[in-house]
Amino acid sequence: MFGLSARDTRFLLIVIALTLLTPILLQPFPEGSSLAQFNAGYPDLMQKFAIFGIFAIGFNILFGLTGYLSFGHAAFLGVGSYTVVWMYKLLGYNVLPGLLLSVVISAAFALLIGFISLRRSGIYFSILTLAFAQMSYNLAYSVLTPITNGETGLQVYASDPQILAGSGAPTSPHLFGLVMRNSAQVDLGGWVFTFNVGYYFCAVMAILAFYISLRIFRSPFGMMLRAIKTNQTRMNYTGLNSRPYTLAAFVISGMYAGLAGGLLAAMDPLAGAERMQWTASGEVVLMTILGGAGTLMGPVLGAGFIKYFENIFSKINDGILHGWFAFLPDGLEDFIVACFHPFVGKGWHLTLGILFMLVVIFLPGGLVEGMQRIWRLVRRRKSGGPKRKDPEHRPTAAPHMAE
Amino acid sequence: MDAIILQILNGLDKGSAYALIALGLTLIFGTLGVVNFAHGALFMIGAFCAVTMQRLLSLSYEEIDPTRTDFLGNPLKVEVPYVEHWFGPDLGGAIIDWSVPLGILLAIPVMIGLGFAMERGLIKHFYKRPHADQILVTFGLAIVLQEIIKYFFGANPIQTGAPAAFSGSFDFGTLLGFDPNVIIYPYWRMVYFLFSLVIIGGVFAFLQFTTFGMVVRAGMADRETVGLLGIDIDRRFTLMFGLAAAVAGLAGVMYTPILAPNYHMGMDFLVLSFVVVVVGGMGSLPGAVLAGFMLGILQSFASMNEVKSLIPGIDQVIIYLVAIVILLTRPRGLMGRKGVMED
Repeated sequence: MFGLSARDTRFLLIVIALTLLTPILLQPFPEGSSLAQFNAGYPDLMQKFAIFGIFAIGFNILFGLTGYLSFGHAAFLGVGSYTVVWMYKLLGYNVLPGLLLSVVISAAFALLIGFISLRRSGIYFSILTLAFAQMSYNLAYSVLTPITNGETGLQVYASDPQILAGSGAPTSPHLFGLVMRNSAQVDLGGWVFTFNVGYYFCAVMAILAFYISLRIFRSPFGMMLRAIKTNQTRMNYTGLNSRPYTLAAFVISGMYAGLAGGLLAAMDPLAGAERMQWTASGEVVLMTILGGAGTLMGPVLGAGFIKYFENIFSKINDGILHGWFAFLPDGLEDFIVACFHPFVGKGWHLTLGILFMLVVIFLPGGLVEGMQRIWRLVRRRKSGGPKRKDPEHRPTAAPHMAE
Repeated sequence: MDAIILQILNGLDKGSAYALIALGLTLIFGTLGVVNFAHGALFMIGAFCAVTMQRLLSLSYEEIDPTRTDFLGNPLKVEVPYVEHWFGPDLGGAIIDWSVPLGILLAIPVMIGLGFAMERGLIKHFYKRPHADQILVTFGLAIVLQEIIKYFFGANPIQTGAPAAFSGSFDFGTLLGFDPNVIIYPYWRMVYFLFSLVIIGGVFAFLQFTTFGMVVRAGMADRETVGLLGIDIDRRFTLMFGLAAAVAGLAGVMYTPILAPNYHMGMDFLVLSFVVVVVGGMGSLPGAVLAGFMLGILQSFASMNEVKSLIPGIDQVIIYLVAIVILLTRPRGLMGRKGVMED
């Protein structure tokens, strides 16, 4: 089905089901219970899961397949956001023209940057992309203020033309009348599920993005990209010019990033330059590596993991910790709370940094590899059979960058 | 003419910081072949060594001053730093005033120790792994170091002043025969520039004129052969890592009066220092120093109003623009050696 093998079709259907059921799956604890704060089923966070999932899937097409480590992908994210907000200002709050244009413009932008940056590889490529992204970021803050509105961030004002907006059109982002921020709440005996229009829009986009990336992974083009990662020199010696392939991968991943940026602005009609800063580029690198570069599901898992931590872990404060350990004797309780204190709340970045280091040191394949190891352990204990070869999800220790 | 001299002077202190950080980065890359993304964090920790020194020296106890009373008529309690108690108000006050330069005494052991711990505990296991893995693990380490500092010192910049003797500015123009008040330059920036020259000179002299340095240079050129000659090159490289960390740390200590240290200053400098290293040529020490000063001065020229009115926004992008042009036209950077990371 969909031009996929039976196994991939099953995989895709599972992903679709999981994505569509997210509002239920991420709400495992009843409202009002002490664990309710671990619920992630609120629209804002679920939208971020889907959007950064798209961003990471796109980044993975470049980094996971070709091994080129770009440190400037946030530039495309920012370009996408600015495009969508400009379309709001000029045409009206319908998200469709903005999203289409954001993909086109970020593709053009990626073509330009990629054409120059891909003349070099390895660390020089990383530095070149970083330089371009920082240039865009600095310019967005200074000279391009008429376009980007500088530090204030770009937003829609009442005086904007909005030529396509009818008199009865919604005054927030919508898709032909479906307002993004609307949601339906279902209350089922203590459990509250929120089904948000914006989330489902992002989810459909994410499923599309995932499907396209699946097709790329299985296509001859994907094979070619993997060959470039494994040994670019040998590819060149066989008489193949690898530049068009890497450039195509770069542009595709730039388009994904532009779409993700556009969706960010589609959920919340704002665009700021801080989205283009290199820390944002670093974040998508973290997501991809943490989940597992070069695997299909890894980047999505990594994106979800980091965004979950960012929103849930950072909310845990000393009061909540005391609540958890209240059953312990007083002295011990204070001691344990003091031990946890640096790692939660404002300190969640510390946890993230430590976790990231541990993953890079011990699990170069990311969370996906970790899960596979556990899975294999369980299976071996059950059947005792030989290991199944799975080159797709356990890539051999090829160099990560074209060296 | 006076404007040009002023811009060169203004570029020097930033250029010095770039040059010192880039020197350490290049030293690590040249010896160990590791791309260290945590180097900016080392610079930041150096700066916080100065803050710690200042706090240590200002530790004080409360004492009742019998000669004065507060507004209620009770005897006035005054905070007396221990240092003043031990050495008397004059010498003690001077010691507190000089806490930033004294921070060097704290920074050297701390940074060398941290460098050793990093190399032995973490980097050692990454020699055989691809550069991308090295970048990622040191990036993670940088986040961790940065968050630890944030936990102990808070997120706000901490003002740390230069000694009173250097806190003013002097009229540099009169030395060169210009009118007074044309070229005004803060003393501390001059001190920082001279300090960086001393450090850079020291590192070069150490590598050039000592047996140890000779072995290290030989190891940089051909690690295996030096190892085959029966020299324990790994241990010397570990020492060089400690030295590079100390250079970054000292650069940070002395930079505190110019920029109030905050926990993310390291990352801000790291990005630019990497650009500096790449422009200078990976693995080339003179290249790193030259590119550091060159980019610092270029940046200050680009922020002149005359230039900005000609090309708007040039001050924001000049460094990256230069980096892109140099990377595309000179694949090895300005002074890169043949065969080092050429691809």
